[in-house]
Amino acid sequence: MALSYLRSSSSRSANLLKPLSSGLSLRSPISTDTTPITVETSVPFTSHRCDAPSRSVETNPKELLTFFRDMALMRRMEIAADSLYKAKLIRGFCHLYDGQEAFAVGMEAAITKKDCIITAYRDHCTFMGRGGTLLEVFAELMGRQAGCSKGKGGSMHFYKKDSNFYGGHGIVGAQVPLGCGLAFAQKYSKDETVTFAMYGDGAANQGQLFEALNISALWDLPAILVCENNHYGMGTAEWRAAKSPAYYKRGDYVPGLKVDGMDALAVKQACKFAKEHALKSGPIILEMDTYRYHGHSMSDPGSTYRTRDEISGVRQERDPIERIRKLILSHDLASEKELKDIEKEVRKEVDDAITRAKESPMPEPSKLFTNVYAKGLGVESFGADRKEVRATLP
Amino acid sequence: MLGVVRQKMLGQSFPKIRPAVSVLRSYSSAAKQMTVREALNSALDEEMSADPKVFLMGEEVGEYQGAYKISKGLLEKYGPERVRDTPITEAVFAGIGVGTAYYGLKPVVEFMTFNFSMQAIDHIINSAAKSNYMSAGQMSVPIVFRGPNGAAAGVGAQHSQCYAAWYASCPGLKVLTPYSSEDARGMLKAAIRDPDPVVFLENELLYGEPFPVSDEVLDSSFCLPIGKAKIERVGRDVTITAFSKMVGHALKAAEILEKDGIDAEVINLRSIRPLDRSAINASVRKTNRLITVEEGFPQHGVGAEICASVVEESFAYLDAPVERIAGADIPMPYAANLERMAVPQVEDIVRAAKRACYRSVPLAAAA
Repeated sequence: MALSYLRSSSSRSANLLKPLSSGLSLRSPISTDTTPITVETSVPFTSHRCDAPSRSVETNPKELLTFFRDMALMRRMEIAADSLYKAKLIRGFCHLYDGQEAFAVGMEAAITKKDCIITAYRDHCTFMGRGGTLLEVFAELMGRQAGCSKGKGGSMHFYKKDSNFYGGHGIVGAQVPLGCGLAFAQKYSKDETVTFAMYGDGAANQGQLFEALNISALWDLPAILVCENNHYGMGTAEWRAAKSPAYYKRGDYVPGLKVDGMDALAVKQACKFAKEHALKSGPIILEMDTYRYHGHSMSDPGSTYRTRDEISGVRQERDPIERIRKLILSHDLASEKELKDIEKEVRKEVDDAITRAKESPMPEPSKLFTNVYAKGLGVESFGADRKEVRATLP
Repeated sequence: MLGVVRQKMLGQSFPKIRPAVSVLRSYSSAAKQMTVREALNSALDEEMSADPKVFLMGEEVGEYQGAYKISKGLLEKYGPERVRDTPITEAVFAGIGVGTAYYGLKPVVEFMTFNFSMQAIDHIINSAAKSNYMSAGQMSVPIVFRGPNGAAAGVGAQHSQCYAAWYASCPGLKVLTPYSSEDARGMLKAAIRDPDPVVFLENELLYGEPFPVSDEVLDSSFCLPIGKAKIERVGRDVTITAFSKMVGHALKAAEILEKDGIDAEVINLRSIRPLDRSAINASVRKTNRLITVEEGFPQHGVGAEICASVVEESFAYLDAPVERIAGADIPMPYAANLERMAVPQVEDIVRAAKRACYRSVPLAAAA
């Protein structure tokens, strides 16, 4: 499930890796090697009202390398966004996903682009997972024409309908009923596909979530509600917001699974399991035990409500990229240098994309009035001074 | 032939107002009468038949045949997949409706009354209205939110609010307010076919009212343009704008004014957003006087917007200040006499029109 970020950078070949250097001619090329490897997840799954899937996950070198590269790219992208924000090239809200990358890549490995995904505002990496490009991300963050929403949405409003990515939503919890609507439409259309509706531990207490669980279970919707539990709803730790932080059990009559969200293979296994379940028996909750290194958003240092030791502890023990790196090295699928080279490549791709994004112009003033409606009926719309600025909506 | 008969009887070019039913029956035995309820039901039926992506969702729309019987017979005809009874959970079923619209279906979401839409208003505004803009055109939302709006009879403060002004202030929404059966049919069909989110504000007290409908209206392809008002009664002396139930009041007021030599032009707005500013202004430029009538709360209401629009576009044409008739600035009381004072009555419109024509009768001399 390679990302198409390569489109955004230079016109190199579409292969994941450049031809490897010396000493590897005896091994089959790692980037296309699909020899199955079985790996155990870090911890077993905990289940609620269902039989947990096996801890043994099938993967292969190609997939592991893809995971590594994709997560490295996402990580670098988010860190670069941090710098751009501090340089005041990104304005308003910017919610970063670094630390949580395993979920985005693991989920994509288990599903197709015909399955739908909808999430809240921490959406940059989810968008990339659906096939978005670095250029679209950085240009949108900087409010430029080349952005995925042509500069009119911003960080929280990325969409990619042709890959069934439905955003990108700023109102906490709203995306869950919307996701159940996508699932409803999939069932109505008999598409045999599912929807992953993602939300955080903060959103888990929203009333509309319980309404969504009720109606999804009643109507057997193929909806997978994924709680990305990074343990903090903005600055409020889960134990301060939730009487019962066992989010995978919150569905009551809806089955649930608790997953180590920092283990991309566990995520993949859980999502595969959830998709099968949803198509056969209706909704299921997945709780991803994950962590964000940054604060809630760029205006949050992230250290007033948690300790720096906690953050560095997670980074040392559970970092998703490091886990895959260790796996690759221990299975002898690539050398340390090769992995470092990938990281260097990725860094360059990100830098190139930023340069190109900076070159993209801001939207034309006439775009102020476009897309208010799909069918504007020729009515008039007004600027701040209606005698000065008026437009006819197409 | 029928048109000539109507014209002779009513003295007007458009036989769309409803005189006493028995009079109409005796002269127009061949003209079809249709209640607003039947009009909405037939429009839903035809649109669901024409497009398999259209489906209906809401409380009691299925087995109960509709809380106000608007969806009568649809469950039997289209089955439970397309006519969905929901639990009493407006937030989620409005959100689900928007989600299905994102995917490409064409949901019609019914609120039992628009008072309950406040539970779902985030989805109407933030998930539906703004999505096409925020996504630069990727995510259009072809949804219709419909249901009764405004005051019924004796239902009290929490069940009587008019939401036209609130929804119409939001760019990205279209807000429609049918009056007659022709309006109901043509505008609901237009709303369902429209690719944008439409808030379709009906009126419970109009559901049972019959109106004459022509063959053209009865045709399944009949559709009215969104954003165009209708001149229900042509006049010279004063313009009265109204929507929904108030159109009936305005027409009755016009009859009374006629006896006093004031020839009122009555505009049925039909569409609050987009507002047909050109029709309103053209009328005011002709009559030079304007009364706006609405049922809802007066502050920041539809009349306020119309007044501002006319002052901006046609100031030099105004011979008198714009008059606003609106619901009283209070929560709706229950007692019948107080309720009557809380909602515009025909005499309020007559009085305001006379004021605008500088023809006010002093209170002491009132008959």
